[in-house]
Amino acid sequence: MSTPLTTYIKAMKFSLLSPEVIRKMSAAQIITSDTYDEDGLPIEGGLMDRRLGTIEPGRACHTCGNFVGKCPGHFGHIELTRPVIHVGFTKVIYNLLKAICRECSSLLINPKDKDRYLKLLVKYEKTSLRLKQALTNYIFKKIVKSPLKICPKCGAEQYLIKLEKPTSFYEERPEGSIQLSPSDIRFRFEKVSNDDIKLLGFDPECARPEWMILTVLPVPPTAVRPSITLESGIRSEDDLTHKLVDVVRANQRLREVIEFGAPQLIIDDHYNLLQYHINTYFDNEIPGIPPARHRTGRNIRALAQRLKGKEGRFRSNLSGKRVDFSSRTVISPDPNLSINEVGVPIEVAKVLTVPERVTSYNIEWLKELVKKGPFEYPGADYIVRPDGRRIDLRYPKDRNSIAEALEIGAIVERHLQDGDIVLFNRQPSLHRMSMMAHRVRVLPYRTFRLNLCVCPPYNADFDGDEMNLHVPESEEARAEAEVLMLVQEHISSPRYGGPIIGAIQDYITGAFLLSLRSTLLNREEVIMLLSKADYQGTLPPPAIRKPVEYWTGKQVISTLIPSNISMILKANTCEKCFKCLKELCPYDAYVIIREGKLLTGVIDKKAIGAQVSESLIHRMIKENGASKTAEFIDKAFKLFLWYISTRGFTTGIDDEDIPEEAHKRIKEILNKAKEKVELAIESYKAGELKAMPGQTLEETLESEIMKILSEARDSTGKIAESYLKPGTPAVTMAKTGARGSILNMIQMITCVGQQSQRGKRINRGYRDRTLPHFKKGDLGPEAKGFIVSSYKTGLSPTEFFFHAISGREALVDTAVRTSQSGYMQRRLINALQDIHVDYDESVRDSDGHIIQFKYGEDGVDPSKSDHGKAVNIDKIIESVLGA
Amino acid sequence: MALTIDVINEKINQITDKLPPLIIEELREKLIKLLDKLSESTLSAIIDKVISAYDSAQVEPCEAVGTIAAQSIGEPGTQMTLRTFHFAGVRELNVTLGLPRLIEIVDAKKSPSTPQMTVYLDENHRYDLEKAKEVANRIEQITVENVTSSIETDLLTGTLIVNLDLDVLEDKGLTPDDVRKILSKIRGVDVTIEDNQRLIIQLSSSLDFVKLQRLRDKVLNTKLKGITGITRVVVRKQQDEWILLTEGSNLASVLMVKGVDPTRTTTNNIFEIMEVLGIEAARNAIINEMMEVLTEQGLDVNVRHIMLVADLMTRNGTIKQIGRHGVSGEKTSVLARAAFEVTVKHLLDASIRGEIDELKGVIENVVVGQPIPVGTGKVELYTILGSMLG
Repeated sequence: MSTPLTTYIKAMKFSLLSPEVIRKMSAAQIITSDTYDEDGLPIEGGLMDRRLGTIEPGRACHTCGNFVGKCPGHFGHIELTRPVIHVGFTKVIYNLLKAICRECSSLLINPKDKDRYLKLLVKYEKTSLRLKQALTNYIFKKIVKSPLKICPKCGAEQYLIKLEKPTSFYEERPEGSIQLSPSDIRFRFEKVSNDDIKLLGFDPECARPEWMILTVLPVPPTAVRPSITLESGIRSEDDLTHKLVDVVRANQRLREVIEFGAPQLIIDDHYNLLQYHINTYFDNEIPGIPPARHRTGRNIRALAQRLKGKEGRFRSNLSGKRVDFSSRTVISPDPNLSINEVGVPIEVAKVLTVPERVTSYNIEWLKELVKKGPFEYPGADYIVRPDGRRIDLRYPKDRNSIAEALEIGAIVERHLQDGDIVLFNRQPSLHRMSMMAHRVRVLPYRTFRLNLCVCPPYNADFDGDEMNLHVPESEEARAEAEVLMLVQEHISSPRYGGPIIGAIQDYITGAFLLSLRSTLLNREEVIMLLSKADYQGTLPPPAIRKPVEYWTGKQVISTLIPSNISMILKANTCEKCFKCLKELCPYDAYVIIREGKLLTGVIDKKAIGAQVSESLIHRMIKENGASKTAEFIDKAFKLFLWYISTRGFTTGIDDEDIPEEAHKRIKEILNKAKEKVELAIESYKAGELKAMPGQTLEETLESEIMKILSEARDSTGKIAESYLKPGTPAVTMAKTGARGSILNMIQMITCVGQQSQRGKRINRGYRDRTLPHFKKGDLGPEAKGFIVSSYKTGLSPTEFFFHAISGREALVDTAVRTSQSGYMQRRLINALQDIHVDYDESVRDSDGHIIQFKYGEDGVDPSKSDHGKAVNIDKIIESVLGA
Repeated sequence: MALTIDVINEKINQITDKLPPLIIEELREKLIKLLDKLSESTLSAIIDKVISAYDSAQVEPCEAVGTIAAQSIGEPGTQMTLRTFHFAGVRELNVTLGLPRLIEIVDAKKSPSTPQMTVYLDENHRYDLEKAKEVANRIEQITVENVTSSIETDLLTGTLIVNLDLDVLEDKGLTPDDVRKILSKIRGVDVTIEDNQRLIIQLSSSLDFVKLQRLRDKVLNTKLKGITGITRVVVRKQQDEWILLTEGSNLASVLMVKGVDPTRTTTNNIFEIMEVLGIEAARNAIINEMMEVLTEQGLDVNVRHIMLVADLMTRNGTIKQIGRHGVSGEKTSVLARAAFEVTVKHLLDASIRGEIDELKGVIENVVVGQPIPVGTGKVELYTILGSMLG
């Protein structure tokens, strides 16, 4: 069990390291560029010096005496022969050079202004950090933009400073351009007064400007840049070590050259080399200088590269962390589980453990688990004794004695068992429903199993999807997971205040078939169905008594709907007649539920579907709460599935069969449309076509043709639809909203229709034509991607090609869209994550700044709202007045 | 025992501090409709139930509403179409919709990629197509190019010959002489009319080919009438009135045009709204624009999420982007900024300023490995065990 945090970090201050500090914290001065001697041992004063911390197991650190894991690593340092500019600060150094006097280093600003700003600064320091920052930014920018030409303090004339990227500075003196060496710059910076530097936003306590020019280079501990020993025994050093070797070598060479008294030109060369190596040690992606390379030609990963970007320290190790007690495998469906459950393979359950503190109440039970050990389920993997010793139950031969020795206060890490709470997650985790808490059901076989109703929130299917599972290890975490994250608490989506969990596919078809008027069931069938739903009550009186007792499907469904539910809705099968006949609907699409009794109408997507608002599930979650709704979903949906699987339901290509005469009519329409298009083209060629406002003649023709063709496809669709028999399984699925649409069927039966590219008819390819099969300039339907064939008859080669064009476009589109929307969401999350409701009902960010005085102007939580509305007044009136 | 309207009003007036105005009004309306069915007791029962339903729908303190809003807007992004152009009812005008438009809004782009205005007309012009067209003519920007059938450059004499399209000219309510007058304002040229449709523009200075070319462009782009920026106007019927849809946007000028109803006329350029109508209007514009994009795609997103984003973007009087150059880049926490984008720069800058990160936000605490200060992590409740045991 993890110990709760008792020490918290309250704040973190950022600062520059001064040379003194660098030397002080250094455990070793690095003087040689060699790392190991002939025996493969680290050289003293080399970059792998033992004093920098130990990374080999079993070796004590020469500085702190600790072993791996305890030794935090220790910094070393390199004394630089000549000062070197820190690349990260070139911009700041440049600006500061421009802002201060070249002689006396005082700010090149009107003394009057300076006094005023100083007063303001003192004031803001006490009141607002944000204002202080804005002020210093303003002052700095102002001085840099127009520094005084004559120093107000010493009267020295100032010259223009030029920066030559990345790190060379020049002063444009009257006698010519002179390079300022880092030492010159450092000399100037040293003289800047603390007050002056404060005005520019520096904090002189922790960042003197001269510290931006390095005289000592800190060397990170070996733990930061561990060397890898390959299987062949060859040691491979980290990129940083390589870079540091370069720095040490260049530094040494520079010293030698200077001591030798070489010509200035040579010294400069070596000095520049040292600067280059230190630059690329900090950042290897500086524009304007060639990146330092590894021997293999790969670019070296310098300090900056370690931190930034998606794979950098911040985003991949600090904002997101790897965890223990997690597991990942393929998912598969199991309609027999509750929506709150997840099926966990025994193999997984034996590895994931829950720490259980031994008490007098559970000691016997835990003893049994310990006896079973890690290999037999249910058992336990470890024991943590009260003195902190950890016993691995894999190795001892005699677990019985260990079990008997179990004392109160120890912790047993037992196997995951039925009823434990775990978190279940599928990426991409786009919303909070992507990670929900489930109760464990340990099952045989190797996949995670979940109820099909939780597919929509996870956006999961079973074509090979994998999901992750995490075991909360503390009592607090488990309690939170159970209360806040359990699946049933997420039936209502915070996005729109309606159910996101509900029926999909066969559940809907099953419910529809069962609720059909024509469905009559005998006693045996009814009992079978209700037993599947674990129904405990009495059987309702049969709808038909003689000659044999029969119950309607609606009666069966009614037994499961809670009696406080009364509502009216229109089913998905509703034909949207001009005049609704309401309860007399010929399609039985007018659903009336009164006091839990389904009186008329069929149950389909509109009543129980996932992501459908104003449905039966929606009403239940609002009236009866999460657990009752979850119970309904568990029970009723099992019944629907049982019904559809006993009744039988299958779909095939013959669902798309229509009579020959229909095909003839369709062909006729398509031919007519083709003629019409030809006519339009002729009139265009004859110059008789009139351009529509705001369009060219060609555009007018295009839209005309597209109109004709889409009308033609629509009317063929209507014909096909009129020939479809209502009871056909494919039609049932389309109409109830279970799967597919009428449009899908029409494309199979009549014609696939116009293929498009960039929202237009396909018009790219060869010169003046799409494919060499057509004449140049052919504007006819077939030449521009209209598919006359149906999926059932099959596409012609050219049609197939056009279809592939649109298909490819759709794929590319999705790929582009996911990356774009992903980035947008990342930005939104980043901007909004600190925003929360405070105890005074106001909405604030982490600094306590108010964003809204009352959340959403009325303080209503969308997930608790009724489809966005705070109160459903109609329902309340209905409940009070009894409708 | 029927109740009177007065009784209902009185009852409702007693609870105005307990419910938001919208619910109060809805309740009042619905109760008055049911007047004859109500009794004293059912009335109070209904009112009590409404109040308790409202109270139980309140957000809980510490709820991370920001994250929920971001997820609610971001999650449906994957389901949106990418097709930039969608014919919004009117064939001739295309408007950026879908994901690109949503990104544009949160990016706080200075001007949308397809600026567009919806101009409503006042009482006098609303119901008549001709009058609506009149207003449209006043708004639409006409340049010389729009009324020119052809243009020639005579290099020998250093003249430009503009052949005007008389039909178009008349349609736009201009005469060739109007064009001449406007063009003669250009410095250094002499404009004369020939055949009442040919404009001869003589360069008064010495012959210069480059100058002539430049003049040509200048002449073609000279505005004759209308409002700068409005390149096209379409008249369209909406319910029982005529409205104008424009390509291009210039709210400040359009609002002053005679015949325009300034109270309803709007644009999709949020910055323009901010400049002309103020930040509150801009905030509403953001909400409306985002809602429109989402509903157009058939996505159901609660307004409260969008309001939060809009409020965040506009909270300090200007429109700030959701991202590096706006909200995220101005966070006080160094770690929060470094964890988002441009990591190294933020760290270096923080070091010379000696910035202090107080670790008050979510991401900072994730970085250092501490509980986050939202939701259950914000609750600071301690039990002193001894005191409970007595």
